[in-house]
Amino acid sequence: MSNAPVDKGRRRFLTVATGVVGGAGAVGVAVPFIASWNPSARAKNAGAPVEVNIAKAEPGQMIRVKWRGKPVWVVRRSTEMLDGLKTHEDRLRDPNSEEPQQPSYAANEYRSIKKEFFVAVGICTHLGCSPSYLPKEMEEHVEGVESGFFCPCHGSTYDIAGRVFQGVPAPLNLVVPPHYYVDDNTILVGEDKGQA
Amino acid sequence: MKKLLIALATLIPSLVFAAGPTVPLDEAKVDLHDKASLQRGAQLFMNYCLGCHSLEYARYNRMFEDLGIPEEVGQKNLQFTGDKAGDLITNNMSPEKAGAWFGNPPPDLTNVARVRGPDWIYTYLRSFYRDDSRPFGVNNSVFPNVGMPHVLQELQGLPEKTYEERRIDGEMQKVYVGLKTDGKGRLTESEYDQAMLDLTSFLVYMGEPMKLEQRRMGWFVFGFLLVFTILAWLLKKEFWKDLK
Amino acid sequence: MANKFVEWIDARIPMTKTWNIHLAQYPAPKNFNFWYLFGVLAMLVLVNQILTGVWLTMNYVPSAEGAFASVEYIMRDVEYGWLLRYMHSTGASAFFIVVYLHMFRGMLYGSYQKPRELLWLFGMFIFLVLMAEAFMGYLLPWGQMSYWGAQVIISLFGAIPVIGDDLTLWIRGDYVISGATLNRFFALHVIALPLVLVILVFLHIIALHEVGSNNPDGVPIKKPKGSVPDEEKPKFKFHERFTKKYDIVDAIPFYPYYIVKDLVGIGIFLFLFCYVIFFMPEMGGFFLEPPNFEPANPLKTPEHIAPVWYFTPFYAILRAVPDKLFGVILMFASIVLLALLPWLDRGRVRSIRYRSVLHKLNLAVFSVSFLVLGYLGTQPATPTATVFAQIFTFLYFAFFVLLFFYSKREKTKPVPERVTS
Repeated sequence: MSNAPVDKGRRRFLTVATGVVGGAGAVGVAVPFIASWNPSARAKNAGAPVEVNIAKAEPGQMIRVKWRGKPVWVVRRSTEMLDGLKTHEDRLRDPNSEEPQQPSYAANEYRSIKKEFFVAVGICTHLGCSPSYLPKEMEEHVEGVESGFFCPCHGSTYDIAGRVFQGVPAPLNLVVPPHYYVDDNTILVGEDKGQA
Repeated sequence: MKKLLIALATLIPSLVFAAGPTVPLDEAKVDLHDKASLQRGAQLFMNYCLGCHSLEYARYNRMFEDLGIPEEVGQKNLQFTGDKAGDLITNNMSPEKAGAWFGNPPPDLTNVARVRGPDWIYTYLRSFYRDDSRPFGVNNSVFPNVGMPHVLQELQGLPEKTYEERRIDGEMQKVYVGLKTDGKGRLTESEYDQAMLDLTSFLVYMGEPMKLEQRRMGWFVFGFLLVFTILAWLLKKEFWKDLK
Repeated sequence: MANKFVEWIDARIPMTKTWNIHLAQYPAPKNFNFWYLFGVLAMLVLVNQILTGVWLTMNYVPSAEGAFASVEYIMRDVEYGWLLRYMHSTGASAFFIVVYLHMFRGMLYGSYQKPRELLWLFGMFIFLVLMAEAFMGYLLPWGQMSYWGAQVIISLFGAIPVIGDDLTLWIRGDYVISGATLNRFFALHVIALPLVLVILVFLHIIALHEVGSNNPDGVPIKKPKGSVPDEEKPKFKFHERFTKKYDIVDAIPFYPYYIVKDLVGIGIFLFLFCYVIFFMPEMGGFFLEPPNFEPANPLKTPEHIAPVWYFTPFYAILRAVPDKLFGVILMFASIVLLALLPWLDRGRVRSIRYRSVLHKLNLAVFSVSFLVLGYLGTQPATPTATVFAQIFTFLYFAFFVLLFFYSKREKTKPVPERVTS
């Protein structure tokens, strides 16, 4: 065994270089393991956008569809319902939809693209129960409001634009999912217009 | 060797057909990069095969994407079952009924190219011939007594076994020379061969839809390993200088 | 900062001490060659199998109805699922390749001889558990080969007199292979056997580090205390656990010297491993058999059933015997005899380098027999093939018998005092 002086610089460089390349390899190996946790093609298909046919919806009627395993409501609102929206704005938490609970195209006073049709995810923003739709009987829960949504779990109340009332546990308005009109009779829930 | 086998085979046609799998298979020159071929194959499959054979582990949208078909175009022209582009490529045939019709339910074909190999499929598709003793009036020299009708007859026509008089050892004998179509199909012989190669390629793609991506990744990994191994080797040499 | 942290740990568990005893101050013979790589590779493959196995379990459905479809789901719908699956399926075969080479190394250099008998036995147990693990894992994809392969292997137990039929019924949990069989195999494959395997590997390494590694010369590197002059001792510091009782010669610390050497070996191994994964995952039908891409069908046997290649030598022995019970006995005996090597070999010289021509010949014939039997096991059993299988089965067993007799008075070459080169 010789006692030739060790080239410390070269040794350190090679150690670091091998370590870095090996580390990069470890990261590369981790990629498939991590990526395999993403939603699979099956999950993506199950969560694919859903078409809703609204041709036959009567004023006041609600159509329920499932999107990504969650209930999505499409309510055809009558003129009275729409007119009633302005009467109780002082009692709402977020009357002007300032919180990002809806796509920008639904951030208006009706929280919808066409004011007649209200599209929302039917999940209470409090703890995830699904509220009931009360087209006429909302008066029992909120004075002077005829129609809206009432969550039976903890009594949260929303008006017919999914805006939450003050003094209930739910903090935010109901979520409006991305959607657009394919034609006059069809709404596609789950995708913004023009999105692939 | 191969020639010898073929020569032997031509001498004793009856035996060859009794021993189905020993029929020499034609080579299917599959090119997974040829998207036009795969698209034609997909079209043939959806029009002629899907009625009975599903691809129940594969999804339409994956196929559209891999074959370079825009989703709307694909859904309009190639998707006859399911509603969503992401649905599995199934058909509406119930296995029980199918079993009664064909003897055995027609198998799912998602993995058929991995089970049988491309050459087998390519040869099989071109080996139907008229046989009035069979329920559907056809038999297959690669898969004797198969329970499948010749669904591509409108393309190929109906081939028959043909024989030629030949002088062998001074005697005239009838010699089997292959299948010859009656010419009533829409395609010529070479067009039909190309169509079957397209269909075979499509099934090869179906068996391993990840194949091209897999190979691309493979080269990348090799590149990485080369760098790593060289560095490790230099490092080893450097440390082992201590031991000289 | 880092030092403080290490001190903090060391005050609580013996981290640095373990590192030193087993790596930085562990004396490894300086003359390890190519054959000494396969232990490390086996560890690497084990880690690969455990990781990919855990990830496959996340999407696999252990039921007769769902298993096959779930494997296709992994292959097609799960992101990179095909890669995880191919890493696992290729890993299974790679495991046996490196383990067979590792065992052959042991036979070449007499690594099973005293005092390494227990080390060898732990290794044989690892091999047995590995076979069980591979066999049960092969049922899980629920393809035609999974099903019929399991059917054949489980039927072997039917050869046992009196209890045979009841035993097979009990193993299957049904009158045929069914979902019940699949579920119990799944439980054993993903939990019980890996646990046993890891424990055995741990014991194997403990046993190795207790007695120390053998080397290609088969010459001990531990010399009696005080017998070696200082100038002949290596310049490295070894842990006092090793130097207390012995003078260590011709050794180098495992870390960094063999670690960096193994890295090169690992790199080269990964080339081959990744070539299979990315370019030929079926390995021409040897790693993934074509009929296994068809779902299990209890009514239709594939034309030719062959176990996966790593079982074929033993399968060929089984088929070589015309009697069912005797065939099974012989098959198990072929493995048991390997385990008994430390006692069958009565020689004192370890390495093939210094053993008799007869022994070299005997080992060569044994190796060839193993390979030929492996080939024959993949082929259909024609009468000619069966005769060949019988001849090579005979040669396989002759190795052990001959070894037992000649090893006592073997004409060996003089063994050097110290390792060469």
